[in-house]
This record gives sequence, C-alpha cells and structure tokens, in this order.
Amino acid sequence: MRVTVKLFATFRNGRFKVEERELPEGTQCRQVVADLSLTDDEIGIIMINGRHGMLDQELQPGDVLSLFPLVGGG
Amino acid sequence: MNEALSFLEEWSREGMLPWTAHCAAVKHFGLSHAAVERLALKNGLFPARYQRNRMMIDVHEQLRLFSSRVAVIGCGGLGGYVIEELARLGVGHLVAVDPDVFEEHNLNRQILATPNNLGLAKVEAARQRVEQINPAVTVTAVQDAFGLANGRELLAGVEVAVDALDSISYRLELAEVTGAVGIPMVHGAIGGWYGHVATQFPGEETVQGIYRHWVAGKGIEQQLGNPAFTPAIIASIEAAEVCKILLGKGELLRNRKLSIDLLEMEVHEIPYDQPVKLVRAA
Repeated sequence: MRVTVKLFATFRNGRFKVEERELPEGTQCRQVVADLSLTDDEIGIIMINGRHGMLDQELQPGDVLSLFPLVGGG
Repeated sequence: MNEALSFLEEWSREGMLPWTAHCAAVKHFGLSHAAVERLALKNGLFPARYQRNRMMIDVHEQLRLFSSRVAVIGCGGLGGYVIEELARLGVGHLVAVDPDVFEEHNLNRQILATPNNLGLAKVEAARQRVEQINPAVTVTAVQDAFGLANGRELLAGVEVAVDALDSISYRLELAEVTGAVGIPMVHGAIGGWYGHVATQFPGEETVQGIYRHWVAGKGIEQQLGNPAFTPAIIASIEAAEVCKILLGKGELLRNRKLSIDLLEMEVHEIPYDQPVKLVRAA
C-alpha cells in the first residue's frame, strides 16, 4: 500500500519533507518510525490524516502520516 | 487620598498622568508606586507610560491588568521575556518562580541574564528588572522549583499561570495543578529553531495531549540548545494570550497548538479536541 509520510522540524535533517512510501499491509506507525532511524522517545506528535495517532496504530492505504519531534525547552 | 487624587488630577493633561507627577505624588504623599497607579486608574486617569496601549486597552482594562496577578513559572529564556512584557503591559502583580541562578550559557538568549548578574538568582534578577522598568508592578520572587507539593500555594490568588519551564515533567505538574485550582495555563515550549504555544482552561487537557507520547527526558532542545530569537517569539505569543485572558477579549489558542518553525518559516496549527464527557442518563 502507498502511504505519504511528512516530516517536520529536525526530523527533516538528512531525510525529507514529504515522501510517498510503499509499505506492506498492516504496517504500524512504529515500523515507519524505526525505518526512518527515529526512536519512539523522539516522537512528539503523530498525525494520521490530520488526527492524532498512536505508535501502534495500523496504517491504511492512502494515509498521510505526519511526524513532529518532541519540543520541551524554555 | 482625596488630597493625593486632587494632586494627580491637577497634574494630569488630557486625562493622562505624566510619570514626573506620578513620582511627585509618591514622594509628597508617601505612597507606593502601586498605590499611585491604582488611585489614578480608579479615577479614570491614564498613566502616560501606557499611552500607546490606549487605543487597544482603555482605562478600565488597564485597571483590570493592574489588579491582576499572574504567575510566571520559570524565569529563563521564555520567562524573562514574559516578565518583561507583562511588566511593561502593566500587569500589577507577578509571581516569579525559578530555583536557578544565572550561568554563562544563559547569556545567548535569556534577557534577564547579564555578565554582572552571573550567580544571581533568576527570580531576584526578575524583581530588579521590573523595579527598573515599572516600579508600580509588584513582583513576588520565589526561588524554588514548582511542583505538585508547593503548586497550590504558589498559585494562590493567581488568575493565569504562564508555563516558561524547561522540563516536560514539571509542565505536566503545572497542568495538573492549574486544572485542580481552576485557572488557565498558557503553555509554551522551545527547542532550537522551533517552538509552540497553547492555552489551556480548567477541564481541558491540551498540554497532556501535546505530551501524550512522552515517556522521559527532554526534547530536541537537548541537542539543539536555544538561540536568542526563539524564546522571544514564543514568550511574546504567551504574553499576548495572557493579556487576552485577563481582558476577556480576542480568540485564544484553546484546543489547538500553534507550532512555529523559524528555519523554514512554517506555521502549523495542530488541533487538540477535548475528550467528550459522557453524560450519565438519569
């Protein structure tokens, strides 16, 4: 299935802003995060089609997955 | 007080009280700067120092700001600018909370940090700065870390709490305490070129939602640090939210988070829908 992955802020460094990916049916968000060499604890926001998602959520064909890093400084 | 009021009225021009007259009243009648400002505002005299507020904030609203108490939790990158702006705006009472002293690595961005006050408590620097820029503003300086144990006490009488913390776990504690005592919290966080702001009212869980995936540790700020401009812009948006909450005007950043990327100059709005409360059938 084809899924669009959008990356934000530091996640773009050495990667991409937006990319179409071919993934096996039943792929979870967590797998995409791992494929991008990101760790779970770097993740701030997961949006799937504009709604908040979870790492263990299964992606569907045509989904748009957006990943933002954790920001917590002051 | 009648004599003092007559004095202020005599020295006001077109409804505005000049700073020189304000200071003369302090000296002549032995009043505090705060007492003179309160007397002026209550009687429709606009302190001239706020004259450029006047077309946005009328004399009743300026009195409302003067009568307000706002807690700024954290007096570093974000907190320094928030305190500067709220003091210039004319918020009458600021509670500044921070356990730390200034260190050299604060100098690149923290407006209260100067080479002369390295080693000085951040809250003491905040008090001194406000005394310089607006002596009518009272600062309660608390050199302590905010947490669940002392949170209620620190927020006693406070109308809005500003999150200028640098720790996600303390932020979540602030969110919990503000919810429990029933006051709004203006949340801001920064890391490198990036920052975000959201406003949360009691019963809402936006901040908890923003950090729903957080397990432990810090965010990208740990690797990136923070430059001069990111705290300034995020703190300014926080100060604008505080002003609107106190005056009950405008649209707030409720149930949404404004994320700013200063490197790519992108602004994103992330929705945070509140959990639907189920109503039990009778």
